[in-house]
Amino acid sequence: MNYAQYVLPAYGVVFGAMAAFTAVLLLRGRRLGRNVADEDKPWT
Amino acid sequence: MTTGGATAADTEAAPPTASGATGVAPSPVGRHSATGTKATRVIGVLALIGVPLLLLLGLVTSPEDVEMGDSVRIMYVHVPSAWLAYLAFAVTALGSVCYLWPRTRSLAWDRFAGASAEIGVLFTGLALATGMLWGRPTWGVYWTWDARLTTTALLFLLFLGYLAIRRLPAAPEVRAKRAAIAGLIAFVDVPIVHLSVEWWRSLHQGATVARRDLNAELDGTMLFTLFLGLIVFTLIYVWLLLHRARQLWLEDQQLDTSLDAAIAERRRESGLPPAAAPSTTGAAT
Repeated sequence: MNYAQYVLPAYGVVFGAMAAFTAVLLLRGRRLGRNVADEDKPWT
Repeated sequence: MTTGGATAADTEAAPPTASGATGVAPSPVGRHSATGTKATRVIGVLALIGVPLLLLLGLVTSPEDVEMGDSVRIMYVHVPSAWLAYLAFAVTALGSVCYLWPRTRSLAWDRFAGASAEIGVLFTGLALATGMLWGRPTWGVYWTWDARLTTTALLFLLFLGYLAIRRLPAAPEVRAKRAAIAGLIAFVDVPIVHLSVEWWRSLHQGATVARRDLNAELDGTMLFTLFLGLIVFTLIYVWLLLHRARQLWLEDQQLDTSLDAAIAERRRESGLPPAAAPSTTGAAT
């Protein structure tokens, strides 16, 4: 693959950022979710 | 709800922690799923199936471009990132309008607007980053003050400002109103970004797929990969939006709970009887 020095970092940045955002979201959601019983959550 | 003899009021009246912060003791009641539901799990699984497929098609199977070579593969993450930025900010604008409209006013719209703006900022940043990485082999520079690039950078800054406004200390209704107005003002830049390549002389190429003559200038495999990217990124966006909006609801609940606990503590310190029933419905409206 030519231009691999640009293509691979582009994919790395995109999927790395999405994975990091998702991980933070899940961990924070799990922590906050502990404070409220499922019955009180509008989405459950 | 009352399993184990505890109620939500027990949690709401949690005392401040030793450090002085009004802590919220984890509720001992019920199951504690976080922000997921069956729908988000289905969307998540579909996205997880789509990502490796996109990687395979984008990095291996799709052909290289005659002029740009393999750097064209950046298109499969750059265009969906830009598309998601537009979509996310459109949802922010919609949520802002719905909040400002008296008949539909609800903090739920504000939460959707805020959650979508955060995701929009993320994807605008990714569109800028991937655009720079694509620009270097194509134009010879990472950055140039071209109309499309400049208006996109401005969009990024405008919505960063929107997120900063959301963090200013204020009552939820005041925050929501401020943010809704700011969100609508910032959204004005979205059509400017999109039309910038037509309005000004630009290094950035014009539309290759969303053309007025509906004649996409792309090879079949490339077009398929690009559409797959758009679908996968949209699934990821919906998943992130639902989780983040629910998380904002939980944060509002925690704020209400902490406030109620602080008020109860001050009343106790002053020798006043406890308030009848702490309000917990504010975050749900």
